[in-house]
Amino acid sequence: MSQDNKWEDTPFKSPMARARGLGSAHSGVHHWIHTKITALANIPLVLWAVWSVMTLAATGASYDTVRGFFAQPVNSILMLLFLISVFYHAALGLQVIIEDYVHCEKIKMMSLIAVKLALFALCVASVFSVLKLAL
Amino acid sequence: MSSKPTNRPLSPHLQVWKWTLTMSLSILHRASGVALVLGLMMIVWMLIAAASGQTAYECFLWFATSIVGQLMLFGWTGAVYYHLCSGIRHLLMDAGYLLTIPQAERAGKIIFIVSIALTLATWGVLKFSGGEI
Repeated sequence: MSQDNKWEDTPFKSPMARARGLGSAHSGVHHWIHTKITALANIPLVLWAVWSVMTLAATGASYDTVRGFFAQPVNSILMLLFLISVFYHAALGLQVIIEDYVHCEKIKMMSLIAVKLALFALCVASVFSVLKLAL
Repeated sequence: MSSKPTNRPLSPHLQVWKWTLTMSLSILHRASGVALVLGLMMIVWMLIAAASGQTAYECFLWFATSIVGQLMLFGWTGAVYYHLCSGIRHLLMDAGYLLTIPQAERAGKIIFIVSIALTLATWGVLKFSGGEI
């Protein structure tokens, strides 16, 4: 700990910087707040998604049933909200896990970027799919 | 000022601690979170396949209704319910509740029981209704 925080003990850090307490990244609290807000949104959305996936995928619903399901605006809208909230929450959560357990700086940065890009691509792909089914 | 290494005690490694329920809760929260991302891939697959056409969707359906697919979905619902209950506990702790050890242990037991019950109830309803919910 003391080795990481050498900078804190030097007189070179201004009192303002110390009071802000943001460190060199200039951020951090928003990450926690966004995790919690998406967590709140996820409570109803995930319960709905479990019910939908159970009635569709788990029971082997036919192609027409799935098309009919997403033809209903209520279902498409809830699925879009679910996807955006859950993918964002997942990106925040996986980031924390990688930051906690991957200590090699190069591998850490590479995995953070890879995870964020992969989740973003998958989110766009699934949002587009819902829109195509719905419209 | 702190340029020389200190001799203060370092945190001992995991195995020297007596295992507690709250440790399991914390680890399982992360583990279920990672499992949920993998489960999310099933939903992504379903959506992309359904948008791509009947052939692609039937390929997904073959997997989802296979033994492996059903086991994955079962694990996914279990992870969902656990992460949901445990996440609600985290939100309550943020609000200042359940912070004492007895409360945390009781909440942990409730989380385990509720998430297992919800998982079994979901699949019970699904199987007994023959999929017609």
